[in-house]
Amino acid sequence: MRVIIVGGGKVVYFLGKLFVSSGHTVSVINRNAEDSAEIARQLQALVIAGDGSDPRRLEEAQAMRAEAVIAVTPSDADNLVISQIAKHRFGVQRTLALVNDPENAELFKRLGITSVFNQTKMISSLIQQEISLQDVINLVPIKEGKVNAAEITIMAGHPCVGKTLSALSLPKDTLLPVIIRGESVIIPRGDTMLLVGDKAILISTPEEQGPAIRALTGED
Amino acid sequence: MFVVIVGCGRLGSHIASELSKLRHDVVVVDRSKDAFTLLSADFSGFQLLGDATEHETLRNARVGEADVVAAVTENDNANLMIAQAAKEVFVVKRLLARVSDPLKGDIYRRLGLGILCPTTVSAEAFEAEILKKEVDR
Repeated sequence: MRVIIVGGGKVVYFLGKLFVSSGHTVSVINRNAEDSAEIARQLQALVIAGDGSDPRRLEEAQAMRAEAVIAVTPSDADNLVISQIAKHRFGVQRTLALVNDPENAELFKRLGITSVFNQTKMISSLIQQEISLQDVINLVPIKEGKVNAAEITIMAGHPCVGKTLSALSLPKDTLLPVIIRGESVIIPRGDTMLLVGDKAILISTPEEQGPAIRALTGED
Repeated sequence: MFVVIVGCGRLGSHIASELSKLRHDVVVVDRSKDAFTLLSADFSGFQLLGDATEHETLRNARVGEADVVAAVTENDNANLMIAQAAKEVFVVKRLLARVSDPLKGDIYRRLGLGILCPTTVSAEAFEAEILKKEVDR
């Protein structure tokens, strides 16, 4: 499939490389002529120098044949207009946009952008979670943070030690699909017991993550 | 009428000054303090310093109470985002966005947004003027 990436800097280069290496056809639109020449040297992609919110540049980048447009410029306004023109003028199915001002995330969603990446919120929540819970490592937010995956190290004194999963009162909307015990990976069942040193992978909604961690570790 | 004008350049300051002269309530927003010097001496509206692509600034400008919001900065994309934020978040009924690129303006006009394209407007005025002179002769 063809993917169009609009923006500059390292993000565009790494995203482009990722898509090219997984067999996609990539177009890049970059405002700066020098940077565009550099990207064209490094990446097997169609590189257009210019304003990605200009319908003409999107057309040159083959927007009518693209399945996804990714807008990652530093300007929220540019990212919005790039995504909207891709969608409404060229019928691009999937539009992905970066927002810098967290308040714009809701607006972008309401205006029909498929996926909105709120980098300020993502980075600050990652830092906050790292600081507050040392025996809990957040792995990846899935579907823009609607689902969280966390790795929890079970330690002596945690209320879950020696209990079976069915005896634990884990909240609804949470799942412990995998337990890592030493070198082995266990897909637990209701009668699987949690032991000190286990690393439990917790899948949950962001709302239920706190209560679930409390049920396992007794900590806030 | 209560009107919020975003962008106090040559165009925005002119509109704001004229509306104020006609005794309408006007708030004019700009990121640069110097821009407000373009307003006429008898401008009696409110000047708000701030970036209107931030919702906080739109709230401070009381956009939610406005009868009309006109986004007339020199940045097409900023105008389009401000107008859509005013429409979607603050439920303003009448919106105008200045979009210099006629092609881009058309795309948004089709989406139901009030677009004024200075390029098309002045092209039409020039054309009319040119043709009129020809008829007179």
